[in-house]
Amino acid sequence: MSQLIFEKSVPGRRAANLPRLTPAERDVKLRIPKKYFRATEAPLPELSELEVVRHFLSLSHKNFCVDGNFYPLGSCTMKYNAKVCERVAALDGFSALHPLLPQLRGGGMLTQGALQVLHETERMLCEIVGMDAFSLQPLAGAHGELTGMMLIAAYHRDRGHRKTKVIIPEAAHGTNPSSAAIAGYTVINIPTGADGGLDMAAYEAAMDDGVAAVMLTCPNTLGLFEAKIRRIADIAHDHDALLYYDGANLNALLGRCRLGDLGFDVVHVNLHKTFGTPHGSGGPGAGPVGVKATLIPYLPTSVVIKRDDGTYALEYDRPKSIGYVAPFYGNFGVILRAYAYLLLLGRTGLRRVSENAVINANYVQTRLKAYYDLPYDRRCMHECVLSASRQAVRGVGAADIAKALIEHGIHPPTIYFPLVVKEALMIEPTETESRQQLDRFIEVMIEIAELAEKHPEQFQNLPRTTPVSRLDEVKAVRDTRFTA
Amino acid sequence: MPFVANTDADRAQMLKVIGVQNVDELFDDIPPEARIQSLNLPEGLSEAEVYDHLHRLSHRNAHNLICFLGGGFYDHFIPACVDELAGRAEFYTAYTPYQPEASQGSLQAIFEYQSAICRITEMEVANASLYDGGTALYEAAMMALRITGRRKILLDSGVNPIYRNMLYCYTTNLAVAFEEIDTRHGQSDRSQIAARLDDATAAVILQNPNFFGAVDDFTDIIAMAHERGCLAIVSVYPISLGLLKTPGSMGADIVTGEGQSLGLPLSFGGPYLGFMATRREYVRKMPGRLVGLTVDAQGRRGFVLTLQAREQHIRREKAVSNICSNEALCALRALIYLAWLGRQGFREVASICAQKAEYAKTRLSAVPGVTVLKTAPTFNEFTLELPCSAVDVVSRLIDKGFAPGFPLGRYYRGMDNYLLVAVTEKRTREEIGLFAEALAGVL
Repeated sequence: MSQLIFEKSVPGRRAANLPRLTPAERDVKLRIPKKYFRATEAPLPELSELEVVRHFLSLSHKNFCVDGNFYPLGSCTMKYNAKVCERVAALDGFSALHPLLPQLRGGGMLTQGALQVLHETERMLCEIVGMDAFSLQPLAGAHGELTGMMLIAAYHRDRGHRKTKVIIPEAAHGTNPSSAAIAGYTVINIPTGADGGLDMAAYEAAMDDGVAAVMLTCPNTLGLFEAKIRRIADIAHDHDALLYYDGANLNALLGRCRLGDLGFDVVHVNLHKTFGTPHGSGGPGAGPVGVKATLIPYLPTSVVIKRDDGTYALEYDRPKSIGYVAPFYGNFGVILRAYAYLLLLGRTGLRRVSENAVINANYVQTRLKAYYDLPYDRRCMHECVLSASRQAVRGVGAADIAKALIEHGIHPPTIYFPLVVKEALMIEPTETESRQQLDRFIEVMIEIAELAEKHPEQFQNLPRTTPVSRLDEVKAVRDTRFTA
Repeated sequence: MPFVANTDADRAQMLKVIGVQNVDELFDDIPPEARIQSLNLPEGLSEAEVYDHLHRLSHRNAHNLICFLGGGFYDHFIPACVDELAGRAEFYTAYTPYQPEASQGSLQAIFEYQSAICRITEMEVANASLYDGGTALYEAAMMALRITGRRKILLDSGVNPIYRNMLYCYTTNLAVAFEEIDTRHGQSDRSQIAARLDDATAAVILQNPNFFGAVDDFTDIIAMAHERGCLAIVSVYPISLGLLKTPGSMGADIVTGEGQSLGLPLSFGGPYLGFMATRREYVRKMPGRLVGLTVDAQGRRGFVLTLQAREQHIRREKAVSNICSNEALCALRALIYLAWLGRQGFREVASICAQKAEYAKTRLSAVPGVTVLKTAPTFNEFTLELPCSAVDVVSRLIDKGFAPGFPLGRYYRGMDNYLLVAVTEKRTREEIGLFAEALAGVL
């Protein structure tokens, strides 16, 4: 039984070793009246430092992670995270830098190194996706989407357009409709067509002058390139609607095409997916937003500029800006890692990322499609979506296959998404995995398919060797125990 | 090529299995006119070159100034075990724990983090994290609108001006009416709040200590709000809770804050940690991931993501928030830091900060021409009134090696001569003394 840290507490024990006050400091009378004090000490655990270390080390042993396990979680791009990026982010000159320093004097003369990182990252992202400017402020992918929707709203408001709707494919990530709704828009859902792309008839029928934007990811969540993208863009633009790109799947396209050239007006990229920064068990991420020139005036405050003398500055005087979406310049530590990653890869390296990501996904799809249903039998891009429908008939659903993979030490793909595929298994190997690793995965998947055919009952108790077996999620909802 | 495993031989073999002649065929769906051959970027650098380049850039930042700058973001000490443990690849190279059997480490850590946040704030339930203190405050405001069905919010101007700017930014397209309560120097103005609270008010938003450093007890304001069916949202500085009255005991409905001070580096503005806690009755209206306790098939204790029906991946456009990736690794750091401090350490670190700040006040108020505002008790940050523009004084003190504080005139009209000074446990008596001497020298 896993003990909570609070249950390991022993009164009077401590790890903290804090600075001592000098007599002069101690002797000054604290002028805070008693009534402003908390009544009792916060019941935090009392442990020695070794006990703290052992507790968290033991927790770490209960996690799958990219460094330890193949982790083909679709749409999440679980690629290897370069160690040098961690070392760079830990440099004192970056990690100990106070974010308010640029507001003290000279618009940033105290932070030229950091501003150069921001500026050059922006320029590289512009080149990679074909946008004219970027804001690095958004703190995650979904935050980038919300920022993008706010930029689009500001753009239309400035032009006197009355727009209330955003068009989104049914197959889109859940964050898309959620972000549009939170920004104040009504969401219009469009089904998937027979070829796995957007249903063009439904799209054209839904389009009118009340549409502010169309949100797409490309390749879409089926891992398929939206082949009619230019037509989709033209229809949107004919109605003064802007085309928004959800960057979750950008890993497929680096150095092959630029979103600006495909007709996108606003783009967010996920630095923690495409540009190799660690996912941290669920963040921190970063979701910079890029725009075409017409939207630059609305970008969040502040914006990093390069002066004629080669120095960098922060520009705050931006009358049409949507304002502050983050307190400062974005998740700087994440941006810094992505900057290092971009420098390491360069033009050829980035193109090789997508080539290998796409080869790996197609290899898996080709070798597994005899064993699992492939709902849209086309070449995929960086991920493939199989279906466990065939296995589900035998009582082995996508979740059962996921648990069997865990038993083999492999993190499962994304399951039951996209919603347009029954029993979906969304597999994204990424470019950093080798053919040998993929072969092992494929063999395991084939073995699982065969077991589902012959002994479906054997899935019921999987996984068996993990710290816990299948957990009762219904009980968690019913009991509502969120704290110790 | 960096980080790609497949050799040319591997690739050739794989392309054969796939059934294509060359890799370009895999990109056939891209419209021909949009295809590019290469990006206009430099070629990649070696690891040594990248490290050297960034090492050089890091020296072009003034991170070595003796820091009396706060404004909601503080230069606290980070114990080595926080970096060591949060730097474990098992934590930082995993993703959101969608598969609980393969993620019990992260899930238990989040559960313990939720518990720790509740214990320091004296609230009933906390979420798994939000992006930062500002977005947490925005989410709290949205949550209050959902709960009350009302559209007006009273916003104390003692709330961090950066967060107030963020609130305005996010609500531009929404029908939300903000009314600011004008607070200068001291505690929140009770009579203004009483006059402006009405049956249309969804929430009153307060901060403790406020931006000027004033410590308050909002119990009376919160009671007033509740009489009108209005919620109270309190943004707090978590380190101060080692000493100060908790928002839970004041009756707050939603508590948010910036968790940077709990073991996260300043890192030029992020990644940080937004925390949020609330009452049990509002848990289904709360944004963000939530970890709950349950059992496995053998009855063993385990942890899962729960109440996901609130979230975007299930509820889509009807979700309570669009958040997906949050700040899990930052929450882990905060938990490790709080575990290292422990019951005694949490009180002590707050006490040391407050005591050193009080000492700094005595030293700085002895400087001719300088007045320490005494309109309210303070914790570790306080306001100085200077005989001249604070911006100029700051500039001259930077040249002497200090980040002397934040000039309030930037965000508050008529406060050009006021400087906000923060003191953490890292500042020594000598540094405080040198700071007072330097200030005297530049006036």
